[in-house]
Amino acid sequence: MGYFHSVRLEEDKCKGCTNCIKHCPTEAIRVREGKARIIQERCIDCGECIRICPNHAKIAVGDDLTALAAYRYRIALPAPAVVSQFAGQAKLEHILGALKALGFDAIYEVALAAEMVARATRRYLDNYGGKRPLISPACPAVVGLIQVRFPSLVEQILPLVTPVDLAARLARLEGMKATGLPLEAVGTFFISPCPAKITAARQPQGKRVGPDGVIPLATVYGDILKGLSSALPYPSRAGATGYGWGHSGGENASIGGRRLLEVDGIHHVIEVLTRIEAGDFQDIEYIEAQACPGGCVGGALMVQNPYLAKLELRQLVRDLPSRSMDLPVTEKDLRAEPVYPRPALQLDDDLATAIEKMRRLEATQAMLPGLDCGSCGSPSCRALAEDIVQGEAQDTDCVFVLRERVRVLAEEVVELARKLPPSMARPERGDEDAPSGNR
Amino acid sequence: MPSLKLSFPVRARDFLAGGHGAARIRQVLQQVGFPPEIIRRAAIAAYEAEMNIIIHSYGGELKAHITPGAITITAVDDGPGIPDIELAMQEGYSTAPREIQEMGFGAGMGLPNIRRCADELEIKSGAGQGTTVNIIIYNR
Ligand code: SF4
Ligand code: SF4
Repeated sequence: MGYFHSVRLEEDKCKGCTNCIKHCPTEAIRVREGKARIIQERCIDCGECIRICPNHAKIAVGDDLTALAAYRYRIALPAPAVVSQFAGQAKLEHILGALKALGFDAIYEVALAAEMVARATRRYLDNYGGKRPLISPACPAVVGLIQVRFPSLVEQILPLVTPVDLAARLARLEGMKATGLPLEAVGTFFISPCPAKITAARQPQGKRVGPDGVIPLATVYGDILKGLSSALPYPSRAGATGYGWGHSGGENASIGGRRLLEVDGIHHVIEVLTRIEAGDFQDIEYIEAQACPGGCVGGALMVQNPYLAKLELRQLVRDLPSRSMDLPVTEKDLRAEPVYPRPALQLDDDLATAIEKMRRLEATQAMLPGLDCGSCGSPSCRALAEDIVQGEAQDTDCVFVLRERVRVLAEEVVELARKLPPSMARPERGDEDAPSGNR
Repeated sequence: MPSLKLSFPVRARDFLAGGHGAARIRQVLQQVGFPPEIIRRAAIAAYEAEMNIIIHSYGGELKAHITPGAITITAVDDGPGIPDIELAMQEGYSTAPREIQEMGFGAGMGLPNIRRCADELEIKSGAGQGTTVNIIIYNR
């Protein structure tokens, strides 16, 4: 099955420096022929490579404002974290107003849906008797990480709809009611902090539930900034707890009052998931795990420093009521589509073949120097061994193996150079009878 | 039939590295593509067996022999051995020293946990002879 990915490489900018391969949490990148390549099946669109690339060759492809033209009534769905980028410069109403002025007819705050999801989550946890801890489905990069690297934890992902998807559905309903327009004429556009949420909205996962388009914050940042002082204010309906979802710890705060753990930054998330997989953390009820440092305020498509953004977001919403909305949808509407493992790291579909490959992989890895230097274009010696076994690389791609081969070859050459043709070679004194040269 | 052998040295009282071998075994099984339930059982059994070496012995080795039909996990140590295996199989019975129990390990659940995960379990031990624990989990 093919995956759509928002994270791409701009080939002409890539210098093949191998910086990105080390940071990818699913070892999805290889440098081949001087260019980084993303293995599509493995990529979870976490945006780590966008952050790390010194040449800005990794980009996220989303929609831009021209996509609005396909609809007669357009609703913007700003992620809670988005307003953090302008906090300190304007009040919430003015930020929303400046966003609306870009060509939208209405705004539906994702924070509003987040409050509803928090209520539903609380109720779900109250009645839950299964394996602990449950893991938040809100960060699609974390969900992808679980699918690819921790498939056994897929069943511990909370089976509730995400705030973005709920916001899209409710906004569409409101829009149709307000205008009398049919479904196809109402467009919902999520303003995204990250590539993972662009990708999540595009995956063909059963029936369409998410927004109709996803616009990276970075592409409209300047336009919103310009409009801050002139645009008409637009009233906010969401409360402080909903906006809290924009930074790490906010989701847990809005659920409230239990043993809830929060972890942010993809490599920290990996540590925690590893422990859960080993059977630890069973006394924790729920884990809010976010791939980005500081949570969505640190999204790869954001502009401000994440920690400053977190501070500003907190201050911005300080005066908002901490209300939480009644649920205008039924329990059934809140159920998420099931999540399945994506066994992209599996060596082969056939068990016997996979075992044989693993045996060769272990043997190959033992021959490599274990320096994980990345010069071969694979992220680690083990990954190179895997690539060799899969027929996508050779052992001489390792500079150390190559050098050793060259050394052996050089010695052989020297050895050969010493040999003289039989017509010139004289038998050494004392063993005239011995055969000389190659007969 | 293809088969794969893995082996990891385990040092006594090395709690920091504890579970490292079991984690590698789990990773390999996952990448090979065993069903999640089989992996879970193998990982728990390997972890408990590894911890037993750390807690009760002078050091040893954790091994895995993997074929499409079965995963065999073997923990070999040279240590004081288990004088009474039947007793050791009882839940909550522990010979772990107090300071280790205070660290939250050695609660006497190791062997019972292994038995729950294993299809076949064989323990060879005796006072002063070291211990070999052999665990088989069938893939069916
Ligand atoms: S987006 Fe994340 S998973 Fe995808 S290639 Fe970049 S670092 Fe790897
Ligand atoms: S933490 Fe937020 S911004 Fe970062 S990947 Fe997850 S959802 Fe996107």
